[in-house]
Amino acid sequence: MEYLNIFVKSIFIDNMVFAYFLGMCSYLAVSKTVKTSVGLGLAVIFVLGITVPVDYLLNNYLLAPGALSWLGAEYADVDLSFLSFIMFIAVIASMVQLVEMIVEKFSPSLYASLGIFLPLIAVNCAILGGSLFMQQREYQNIGEATVFGLGSGVGWFLAIVAIAAIREKITYSNVPAPLRGLGITFIITGLMGIAFMTFMGIKL
Amino acid sequence: MSTVKNEREPLFSAKNIRLMTTPLNKENPITKQVLGICSALAVTVKVEPAIVMAISVMAVMAIGNLVISLLRNSIPNRIRIIVQLVVIAALVILVDQVLKAYSYDVSKQLSVFVGLIITNCIIMGRFEAFAMGNKPWPSFLDGLGNAAGYGWILIAVAVARELFGSGTIMGMTIIPEGFYKFGYVNNGLMILPPMALIVVAVIIWIQRARNKDMVEEN
Repeated sequence: MEYLNIFVKSIFIDNMVFAYFLGMCSYLAVSKTVKTSVGLGLAVIFVLGITVPVDYLLNNYLLAPGALSWLGAEYADVDLSFLSFIMFIAVIASMVQLVEMIVEKFSPSLYASLGIFLPLIAVNCAILGGSLFMQQREYQNIGEATVFGLGSGVGWFLAIVAIAAIREKITYSNVPAPLRGLGITFIITGLMGIAFMTFMGIKL
Repeated sequence: MSTVKNEREPLFSAKNIRLMTTPLNKENPITKQVLGICSALAVTVKVEPAIVMAISVMAVMAIGNLVISLLRNSIPNRIRIIVQLVVIAALVILVDQVLKAYSYDVSKQLSVFVGLIITNCIIMGRFEAFAMGNKPWPSFLDGLGNAAGYGWILIAVAVARELFGSGTIMGMTIIPEGFYKFGYVNNGLMILPPMALIVVAVIIWIQRARNKDMVEEN
């Protein structure tokens, strides 16, 4: 039950895009067609699903205050948490590299269609944000952290596919000239954010 | 060769000044280059965190651009992303520790967004687009200029949201008491996340209406 709660919460209530504006750069840049945004969304789900649990282990057994106590009593009060940014980003960059190599080996067509966006996931704020929120919210065990990672990824996926579908249709509308492109996308995202706010307060 | 070297460019030549001023308007990182939106929107509920965030980004960008520019000839091309990330992460850790030491409250308010400066695309973007191919001093100015362009949008959005959302600026009441007596109500929606997007959209609208050449085709 706890898992389901975290999952639904991270998709709808704490949606990465609408509640925290994470991963906005690629969200705005890649959302011109539905097809590429589906590919990028899937890659983000995958990378978040891997990096959040790995960073959870890293945080709990290496970085958090007292995390090194498994090495012996004299390490019990070592606090390495100031290193967490650099450790997390290193994990993310290497995971993205790994994912890139796996995708290239097993599915060259997907690799070709994702192109430049795959390496760019390393600098997608949603990924690092996932790890930092995981650290801040102090999940109880690795299962919860994984569910949170996957849920955040699904939330991001939903957001980018939805905006891409709208932008495909908006080509046919008569938007005021200065708002075309970036401006109208911001406004639509804002309206979608207001819609997503209706999920607030849901508790399973 | 030596004559060319002797004619050194003055530190604030017209070209260098332009590096600092174009990002404020025509090449603004947020409204034109679409970089660094993520953190820009989340920290703009109040003016104070927005200012702190703008200063932090400015420090990281200017110093980072300088460092990358100094290293640009010795960074192997294949692993440059990792090198850039390490430089940014090291600077962000410094900024984070300074914030925790000197303004703990703001640091708590900014929560994860200080850490997210690392993945702020504006920094990586300028490293890639400018610092990797230019001399240290112009790179430093480019970093300052882009961070200033980022900062003024951030602060403008924060002023609008705090003024209409809570009736205050920097915690001081601006809207006079009398207004409330006549039925003026603070707009609670302005404090909520979606309004940040709409305020930025309005800024883009005004900017592009004034500069016709910035208008996109769908």
